[in-house]
Amino acid sequence: MGGPTAMLRPEEEKMFEGQPRGFPFGDFDLEDVMLPEGEDMGIPSDTDEDNQEEEISSESGFGNVLVVDNLPQVGPEKYEKLTAILTKILSGSGRIREGGLFHPVDEASKMSKGYAFVEYENVEQARAAQAALNGYQLDKAHKFAACLYDEFERLAKVPDAYEEPGERVFTPGENLLDWLTDKRGRDQFVLRYGDESEVCWNDAAKQQEESVYKRSFWTEAFVEWSPRGSMLATVHRQGVALWGGKSFERLQRVGHPNVQSLLFSPCEKYMLTFSEFPAGPQGRPHFLAIVWEIRTGKRLRTFDGPHEEYAVGAMARPDRGMRWPAFRWSGGGDAPVLLAHMKANAISVYQAPEMTMLDKRSIKMENVQDWEWSPAAPDATLAAYQAEQGNLPARVVIMKLPSREELRQKNLFSVAGITMTWHPQGDYLAVQVDKWTKTKKSTTTNFELFSLREKDCPIDMLELANKSEKIQQFAWEPRGSRFALLHGDGSRPTVSIYNMKDNKSSARGVTLLHTMTNKQCTSLHCLNRLHMPTLQGGHNGVVEFWDCEEMTLLSAGEHFMAQEVAWDPTGRYVATIVNAAAAMENGFQIWSFSGQPLYKTAHDRFFQLNWRPRPPSLLSEEKQKEIVKSLRKYSKRYEEEDEALLAQADTEFLAEREKQLSEWRNWLAAKKAAVEEREAFAREQLGNRVSAHEEFVIQQVEVSVVLDVKEEPAQKL
Amino acid sequence: MRPYVLQGHTRPLNQVLFNAEGDLLVTCGKDSNINLWWTDNGVRAGSFDGHNGVVWTCDITYDSKMLLSAAGDSSARLWSMETGEELFRYRFNEPARACKFSVGERQAAISTDPFMNSVSAIRVFNIAEDPRDMLQTGPDEVITLTGPRGRITRLHWVDNNRHLLSSSEDGMVRRWDVETGKVLQEAQLHDKQISDMQMSVDGTHFITASPDRTSKLVDTQSFEVLKEYKSAAPINSAAISPIFDHVLIGGGQDAAAVTTTAAKAGYFEARFFHKVFCEEFANARGHFSPINSVAFSPDGTSFVTGAEEGNVRLHHFDADYFTTNWDRV
Repeated sequence: MGGPTAMLRPEEEKMFEGQPRGFPFGDFDLEDVMLPEGEDMGIPSDTDEDNQEEEISSESGFGNVLVVDNLPQVGPEKYEKLTAILTKILSGSGRIREGGLFHPVDEASKMSKGYAFVEYENVEQARAAQAALNGYQLDKAHKFAACLYDEFERLAKVPDAYEEPGERVFTPGENLLDWLTDKRGRDQFVLRYGDESEVCWNDAAKQQEESVYKRSFWTEAFVEWSPRGSMLATVHRQGVALWGGKSFERLQRVGHPNVQSLLFSPCEKYMLTFSEFPAGPQGRPHFLAIVWEIRTGKRLRTFDGPHEEYAVGAMARPDRGMRWPAFRWSGGGDAPVLLAHMKANAISVYQAPEMTMLDKRSIKMENVQDWEWSPAAPDATLAAYQAEQGNLPARVVIMKLPSREELRQKNLFSVAGITMTWHPQGDYLAVQVDKWTKTKKSTTTNFELFSLREKDCPIDMLELANKSEKIQQFAWEPRGSRFALLHGDGSRPTVSIYNMKDNKSSARGVTLLHTMTNKQCTSLHCLNRLHMPTLQGGHNGVVEFWDCEEMTLLSAGEHFMAQEVAWDPTGRYVATIVNAAAAMENGFQIWSFSGQPLYKTAHDRFFQLNWRPRPPSLLSEEKQKEIVKSLRKYSKRYEEEDEALLAQADTEFLAEREKQLSEWRNWLAAKKAAVEEREAFAREQLGNRVSAHEEFVIQQVEVSVVLDVKEEPAQKL
Repeated sequence: MRPYVLQGHTRPLNQVLFNAEGDLLVTCGKDSNINLWWTDNGVRAGSFDGHNGVVWTCDITYDSKMLLSAAGDSSARLWSMETGEELFRYRFNEPARACKFSVGERQAAISTDPFMNSVSAIRVFNIAEDPRDMLQTGPDEVITLTGPRGRITRLHWVDNNRHLLSSSEDGMVRRWDVETGKVLQEAQLHDKQISDMQMSVDGTHFITASPDRTSKLVDTQSFEVLKEYKSAAPINSAAISPIFDHVLIGGGQDAAAVTTTAAKAGYFEARFFHKVFCEEFANARGHFSPINSVAFSPDGTSFVTGAEEGNVRLHHFDADYFTTNWDRV
């Protein structure tokens, strides 16, 4: 039997000499373990690295040498003096190496040649000297021309004749809004799973996704759509790359080593990249934020420094880090694009593209704790919260920029904490105020609701029946005046829906529309446009779809373990996601807005599903309303189209099946000879046993056994 | 129809196997038992007692007279199916895992695991007309096939008994020449081990099952993957229907992780896929732990599943299974 050593070839046995006995050499194939000759598997060895470093240093040995031209040409009598003066001037910007000044003299005329070579201690000094000495006026006639030696060589090669650069042909890029021209108005989403990133159509009619573009190792951290969906950002160790168009070509890339987060301005013109470094041997925690112009890739402004200055109030994380995003872009549109951040007692606002501070000064706000831009595009409005300080009350202020006009402010007392939630259209601002009770041992909660679209920005106060209840979530209806609250303690909270207007008179006034108690619910997700929030139960991923107009349950479904819910930008479909945080069941499921499960896709190690956002509609409000009114007319057309498509899909599907079946039958038919041979062989091998098995006959046998015979006299009738 | 639940094992099942006529069912498991059942009514016909360790696999002769079993007690045994008597015992220094009679049952191949200093091996024996004769003569070993590492999980005789197919722990399927002991052909079919490999009736293709959550239909000749069936959980066993274009797949969430998840999430159902379209069209619930072995009866009218919990479920198909046009569903 094959013992361990019997497997070894003689030369292998030699290698194992002196090794401890009993090591299972037999389990290793030496060829598997050894690297092939001259193959490093792409892993540079330590010695290779040493060699490379040496090469680098010897490559540019003249990096620290400066050439200084336009010196006076002098005879031998003045040569010593000039050299002394030169040494003095040249060593002003850096230390010259010993014997590092070479001031050549023409052999024939004994005159100095009018130039000198200076060797500094290092490259940095040479560079500094070049900057300082170039254009140095020695006297009226002599103005130094200083040039690094390496550059000098390059300049010397410049041809004398001027060559006109050829006219560059303009090649139009791909249409970045190409995906909007889809005939069937489908939406796209990007998926990230395993090592793959994939952009897909959501083909709800066919109940499947359709791959558009797929690439392995596209990103090293995450992918993110730009706010209007025209670009996709991938994040790499070196920086951020932007992709777009039909074939997802690279549009731009910016260098920001170890970038961690990015933030597009809503108009997609600018981007902020951010990285932070925790406290370490280098010192305090610090960060680096760079503002880029996307179209040109130009760096507009850099913010960096230690955290302390920026991580104040709500921006400070318990671990001394900075909460993201500490920098925020304002709405955009036609209004100036503003970037702002908070610091101690002030908010600084910068205006793109110059990125200079607005009015050259920050907005003073004593003890400011938190702030938020209004998401509405045209008006750059921000809301800020200033905490109590001594006798001064806490304050919530709404300010319009760049005019710095205070639209409204509200003083508040004994505040424990404040959460501000803007309405997605900027119509309202909800301020959740947690107040200390008199004993300062517990807090109560109420809401201050600002109506920004009305005159003088009136404020409504809302108090829940049970003031000490915990508020789990506040969600605005994306277009409309309603909001939903998830409140209560424990795993069975209450859901309440309110309206900012009275339903009938449409006069202002917060009215409670509906309350559902004892809902096993973890989060609310309001649907676009249609008035319908969705509830997601935390237990086992139950998803419920509620119609808030009638307060009826439309449908309830289950996506086991679902953690995330994402509406598509049109509000027609919703995705529930199980990401890699769960050990299994990774993947996503798409539902229709009414809760009809459409399709489910499983991907191992599933990280991300992001719907591609759509740019704001080009139709005016009136036009949109008109369309909603005559919806029936339009929907008929689309229903017909959908049906035709489904019919086509069905025939395609059947044809594909038919093809697969015929392929399979052909494959089997091709194997007929082999099957017959195999059967013949089996028959031959099994001999009479096979025939006994196959040629059996069913015989019905009737067996009658006489068990007992008894004689009994028959009774007389 | 409601399945028969056959409770004859106290520990996980390793293999369930029909005889050629389909009237008998053999089950073997980690409790070192081998049980014999009537498939008609789920009544236990008997058991084969003697193994002292987990019984990995079994094989039955065509005439249902003899049973071969390979076990972790480092033995493989030949049994009389009629009496339950042990006829002969192959003793090894290593646990035996896969076993298979050649066509005609004049030979048997038994695989042994790597153990201590031994590497994995496939041992081919001649079987005497009356196996009891070997008690005097000793086992008649023809050849030992060794080379690649890793346990050999399943064996099949192919190409008129000239070659053996083996599936192994490293996800490879190999074709061995029984005469020369050389590997003629190999293919990396799975990323993880191949836990089951079952042949189609006509021998043209076979199906593999792997914990890498796939099951593959493979051309016996070329090792080309014809179809792939995907599951959300590891697959432990797969079988091909002898009458329809159906495959049956059993598996489930890894036994070690079962207690951490809900039973519903365990994927403990036996799943039916269309062989050509690779689409799941039905499943049978009932087990509450991973299914370790599945089999179709030779006439295709019933199927059986054996699971980690020790239960065997014997299903007879309802009448509409045979009247449905499965290619049009």
